[in-house]
Amino acid sequence: MKGAFHVLVIGGGATGAALAHDLTLRGLRVTLVERWEVTAGTTGRHHGLLHSGARYVLTDPDSARECIEENWILRRIAPDAFELNDGLFVALTDEDVTYLDPFLEGCARCGIPTRVLSREHTLRLEPNLNPTLKLAVQVPDGTMDAMRLPLRFLATAQHHGAEIRPFTEVVDIHFQGRTVAGARVRDHRTEREYTIAADVVINATGPWAGQIAQMAGVDVPIRPSPGVLVAVEGRLCNMVINRLHPAGDGDIIVPQRRLSIVGTSSWVVEDPDDLDVPEAHVRMMIDLGALLIPTLREMPVRAAWAAARPLVGPRTAHSGRELSRTFKCFDHADEGVEGLVTIIGGKASTARAMAEVTTDIVCAKLGITAPCRTREVVLLPHTAYYAG
Amino acid sequence: MTEQRTVQFRVFRYKQGRERPWYDTFDVTVTPRTTVLEALQFIRRVHDPSLMLRHSCHHASCGTCGMRINGQERLACITRVHDIAGERVTVEPLANLPIIGDLVVDMKAFYAKFTPMAMPLIRHSEFLPEAEPPEGVDTYTRLENCIECGLCVSVCPVAASDPLYLGPAALAAAWRVVQEPRGQNVPEILAQVDTAHGCWRCHIAMECSAVCPSHVDPGAAIMALRGTLIRQHLPWRRKQQGGDAHEPR
Ligand SMILES: Cc1cc2nc3c(=O)[nH]c(=O)nc-3n(C[C@H](O)[C@H](O)[C@H](O)COP(=O)(O)OP(=O)(O)OC[C@H]3O[C@@H](n4cnc5c(N)ncnc54)[C@H](O)[C@@H]3O)c2cc1C
Ligand code: SF4
Ligand code: SF4
Ligand code: FES
Repeated sequence: MKGAFHVLVIGGGATGAALAHDLTLRGLRVTLVERWEVTAGTTGRHHGLLHSGARYVLTDPDSARECIEENWILRRIAPDAFELNDGLFVALTDEDVTYLDPFLEGCARCGIPTRVLSREHTLRLEPNLNPTLKLAVQVPDGTMDAMRLPLRFLATAQHHGAEIRPFTEVVDIHFQGRTVAGARVRDHRTEREYTIAADVVINATGPWAGQIAQMAGVDVPIRPSPGVLVAVEGRLCNMVINRLHPAGDGDIIVPQRRLSIVGTSSWVVEDPDDLDVPEAHVRMMIDLGALLIPTLREMPVRAAWAAARPLVGPRTAHSGRELSRTFKCFDHADEGVEGLVTIIGGKASTARAMAEVTTDIVCAKLGITAPCRTREVVLLPHTAYYAG
Repeated sequence: MTEQRTVQFRVFRYKQGRERPWYDTFDVTVTPRTTVLEALQFIRRVHDPSLMLRHSCHHASCGTCGMRINGQERLACITRVHDIAGERVTVEPLANLPIIGDLVVDMKAFYAKFTPMAMPLIRHSEFLPEAEPPEGVDTYTRLENCIECGLCVSVCPVAASDPLYLGPAALAAAWRVVQEPRGQNVPEILAQVDTAHGCWRCHIAMECSAVCPSHVDPGAAIMALRGTLIRQHLPWRRKQQGGDAHEPR
């Protein structure tokens, strides 16, 4: 790969992992740096839902379409990675039932298969659900292991030559004139600082993206917005349980291994490293989760934690060109800074698609025409990441 | 709610290139809910950003935050500081695996033994056996219990003395394949564990099962593997070799 362009990816979450995979497949030389263990940011802590997209059909059909498309792709490229038990959208009240028609129409428009189930049928599938439920809709949701899916992207990227460097923190952006030419990093294993030169730098640091932007003097107006998740002991359902209702707090229960996980809430903080887990949110998760599965209230809490989304505000300096509607991808060339691209937002379920769009932009910059192959290439098992 | 108190953390430190490891101490104010992981994140954020630890899921599902807390193998993310006796908490990396830095061990050796057992990540779900699966789903499935945390390997006295010992996690994975083959080659897996450094090496003290945070019970799995192999080695069984000799009980 001598002579190939070198891309530096900052951030070892789902987005960075999928990027490293796509970039290597297109023949680029790739280095990924992560200041902690890979997936230690938002990615490892997410809810573990392989989205069908149904959650977004009423508010954000573009996201819904992207989710279902990615859902089918991931099943193909990451076999044996998901609990494929489907999901239910459960109507608990008469008001919930009024959302049924728009929900079904929305799903149909976005290509999400649905099946309406009577109350009795639903309770045969999930006996622990609130017996007063009215009806439910089956959709192709799934459960994923939040860490092990990105590990598969990383393992495959590594296999194809990408350098993955955990415990390596970017402390400054390296410039040549007005062009970003790499980054200064600190290796926490050796306590050494050094510079990584690169033709393009991609800022994939999620809720930390504003910090990297600040180092580069570019505009990424971001507020970290955490959400609380609560895991209780005991697997109370086999399918993913959602409330048939406009998306709100505490309306999803994702079963995983021997746990049931309820989420989530949202508020805004200043520092994504300093996430509190407010007791009131923990109680709210249990209360709202128990509306769907009453026995949840009796189960011991295994853990309560928070993960932060990047909430993106309007940019002052940008050209008005929106690169994607479902996540944010900024080419800072629009502010006169070449060689730096920021990608934030989206979902772990759509990381592959985010990486495809971003890699297209990077390739266009470098004059590379190699097509994206990540829809077809089957990923290595997660264990290959550490086995090396 | 908050009954706060200050706890002294004594943290194992090591950096590549330094002559020897050392311990640093930090005071951390904790509430009854604070976990050891949260306390270490606080230390990293406020006192020393170079502190290396592994964490990801924060709910005992990824297995990265295994460490020795006051000498005991635990997951830091579900260990509350209040539940630890004493005013001082000592945190050290797992034993029997090479140290990369501070609290981080190299999992390469773990996976070198675990991966060849070829345990699929997804298994049948045994929960809610009365539940009917929905149309389009043949049978309910779930992720395997083992979260690959390495606590069992750290506590195992045999792993400490025999670097070639396959160890509790790999042997438990082998048993899962025998129990539920899912298309894997069971005779091959049994042959891999039927060795001097395989399931016969275990001392059956069951420390592994005591520390496993994820209901894997490696000690029982090792006993079950031995039982299967003994039945296979019985002379009258050997005569009929082949297929059913390897069948899981
Ligand atoms: C509460 C909650 C629940 C969610 N549930 C789901 C779900 O069920 N399904 C789903 O598909 N999606 C879900 N999501 C969305 C999903 O978690 C995110 O879209 C995804 O994890 C984002 O990944 P990322 O790689 O962009 O960011 P991150 O995972 O945050 O990665 C950024 C990385 O950059 C690193 N970094 C920061 N600064 C530096 C630096 N200076 N140098 C080097 N590295 C640095 C960080 O340590 C971090 O690891 C959820 C999100 C939240 C908040
Ligand atoms: S039972 Fe066997 S594998 Fe488990 S800790 Fe003891 S010696 Fe090790
Ligand atoms: S068997 Fe238990 S203790 Fe050992 S690695 Fe697996 S989950 Fe951890
Ligand atoms: S952080 Fe995942 S097991 Fe503790």
